[in-house]
Amino acid sequence: MARTLINVKKTLTRGEAFEIRLLIAHPMESGQRRDSNGQVIARDIINRFSCTYNDMLVLEATLFPAISANPYLSFWAVATETGSIVMTWTDDHGTVQTERVEVTVSA
Amino acid sequence: MNRRAFLLSGAALVAVSVEARATPAEVARLIAALTEGARVVEGGMKLDLPLLVENGNVVAMSITVDDPPPGQHVESLHVFAEANPLPEVLHVRFGPAAARPRIATRIRLATSQSVIALAKLSDGSFRRDSVDLLVTLAACLD
Repeated sequence: MARTLINVKKTLTRGEAFEIRLLIAHPMESGQRRDSNGQVIARDIINRFSCTYNDMLVLEATLFPAISANPYLSFWAVATETGSIVMTWTDDHGTVQTERVEVTVSA
Repeated sequence: MNRRAFLLSGAALVAVSVEARATPAEVARLIAALTEGARVVEGGMKLDLPLLVENGNVVAMSITVDDPPPGQHVESLHVFAEANPLPEVLHVRFGPAAARPRIATRIRLATSQSVIALAKLSDGSFRRDSVDLLVTLAACLD
């Protein structure tokens, strides 16, 4: 499991746009580099990412090796109801990781 | 190793390092496949990248699309780098819970080149912005 930092404002007012920022500890090995023996180092990147808010899609992304190691993503969602923000990503090994953040929305 | 073999191995190395690069033509093909002949308007969005990149391994990039006309929304964003080993950088699709057509991330750039971003609106048209930048320390190959 990759270590992650997720930064979301936890208490929101309805209709407010809020930023979701996350940083995932992952090597994002591009598959372009060679080791000291000249062998290509196998590609290992997070290739799919998605974020939902109360099961509604905020965004989904396809990532390529051009995304830096320890990928950082920032995007915006609009506050509707108290609930959870779920972020899921998949890497080249097929490992799926899910992180969840609860937010409280007041009228 | 005699001189001939040495020169040949050098030539092979050059060939390897030149081989893996996208080209502007390849990016143009990818963009044509994406837009499928739809209208592409220059501007209406901002691709924010530094003009002089000191470290190509970590380049802060943000994309902000100006608010589309009422009743429309931004469906997706697409980023291409013309001289990276692989031309595609990122595809993003926004869902109904997204607030603003805006994202930020960090990317790798192999060399000085143009980076192109496209935004697809819900009416099927596209917006486009590009940045020509200089990279002093390249990413990807070492």
